[in-house]
Amino acid sequence: MDFEAMREYLPLFWQALGLTLRIGWQGVLLAFGLGTLCAVVLHLRLPLLRQFTAAYIELFRNTPLLVQLFFLYFALPKIGIRMRPAFCGVLGLGLLGGAYMAETIRSGLESIAPIQSESAWSLGMTRLQAFRYVILPQAVTRSVPGLLANVIFLLKETSVFSTISLMDLMFTAKDLIGMYAKTMECLTLLVVFYLIMLLPVSALGSLVERRLRHAEFGP
Amino acid sequence: MENALLEIKGLKKAYGEHVVLDGIDLSVNKGEVVVVIGPSGCGKSTLLRCVNALEDIQGGEVLLDGEPVRRDGKDISRMRQKIGMVFQSYDLFPHKTVLENILLAPTKVQKRPRAEAEKEALALLDRVGLAGRKDDYPRQLSGGQKQRVAIVRALIMHPEILLLDEITAALDPEMVHEVLQVVLGLAKSGSTMLIVTHEMAFARAIADRILFLEGGRIVEESREPKAFFERPATDRARQFLRTFEY
Repeated sequence: MDFEAMREYLPLFWQALGLTLRIGWQGVLLAFGLGTLCAVVLHLRLPLLRQFTAAYIELFRNTPLLVQLFFLYFALPKIGIRMRPAFCGVLGLGLLGGAYMAETIRSGLESIAPIQSESAWSLGMTRLQAFRYVILPQAVTRSVPGLLANVIFLLKETSVFSTISLMDLMFTAKDLIGMYAKTMECLTLLVVFYLIMLLPVSALGSLVERRLRHAEFGP
Repeated sequence: MENALLEIKGLKKAYGEHVVLDGIDLSVNKGEVVVVIGPSGCGKSTLLRCVNALEDIQGGEVLLDGEPVRRDGKDISRMRQKIGMVFQSYDLFPHKTVLENILLAPTKVQKRPRAEAEKEALALLDRVGLAGRKDDYPRQLSGGQKQRVAIVRALIMHPEILLLDEITAALDPEMVHEVLQVVLGLAKSGSTMLIVTHEMAFARAIADRILFLEGGRIVEESREPKAFFERPATDRARQFLRTFEY
């Protein structure tokens, strides 16, 4: 192991981590917003939108992110739609994640007993009010473990960004190996940096879950 | 018919082939306490659920103050504000404190100022003996306490009529009393109520009128609860009441 070389590579890896996190989190936020919207459409069985949403979910859950990114980055310019690589990364991750988040939140919504809606309606709430104040907050809380798993999954998927020339962690490692052939050193650093990125997410997730579920389960 | 607040005319409810309510006619006057009893599966809970349109119905109509209560009506939420309902399983909102549970509908639905609604909520909590529990979450309360909060949550909307659906059925025996005391207090202060219960002693104490329901029909109706429980007019009611003797 050439520790001297590893120390030299460190700044490059930190830089790559910054880029991976930035695009990763933007993608995750987009995924969460998109997923919530889709889950609401599915749960309220909104006509037309529902079929459209179901088609979107099936399309993005059943194709690899790599293929989606290639489509966004290499195919769309052929019909005149050009996007910067970073934008493609956020969009690709957001679309893929949206499909997963939608299913997670939807199952959370369905786990809330119908009588919760009925008691809200009995108090004179409209369907929308009951949904917003009573059902959705409980469903999101219950979905936290699933949502957290999705976030970690999405942040790991960023490794395919390297294929559309985004200088993420994977790209940096491959690039350095190509130049200096320090395969062991670079891949070790790669593993360490993915851990640096994702271990805090897991820890933060459990904390959020405890805080959110405090109401239902106590400290 | 003087002061008919709630009128149910020819109400029919069926799940496919299975008829649950087979032509119910009932009118409840202002200030009247009507208690519905009957064997399980007789349709008494369904009757209450039809009154505030939680079920769609296959025939007849429900009128409150002469206005129809219809599930698909666009003003259904305005009509439901006039009808308070308390369920067997309390169904407090688990993610909100006692006070938030009570204030949600008055502030979001009726748009009342929070300070004013909160003052009333605290007074009502005090009345049911739970003033000290306003910041607790439902999980921290006993069944009887939850049910009293559920009653307050309905009362703060100032409903014209209260529907109580077997509100003590899920409670431990020692908690039944504290909940029924609250309901007796409401009856004394003139609340209009339609009550479904299995507590015969309670029914007898609180009812202005008893309805005995079986097979989706009103089999016997009595304005003399005491007489009804001692000498029911129909064989079916007699048999039913006998099941409560040991």
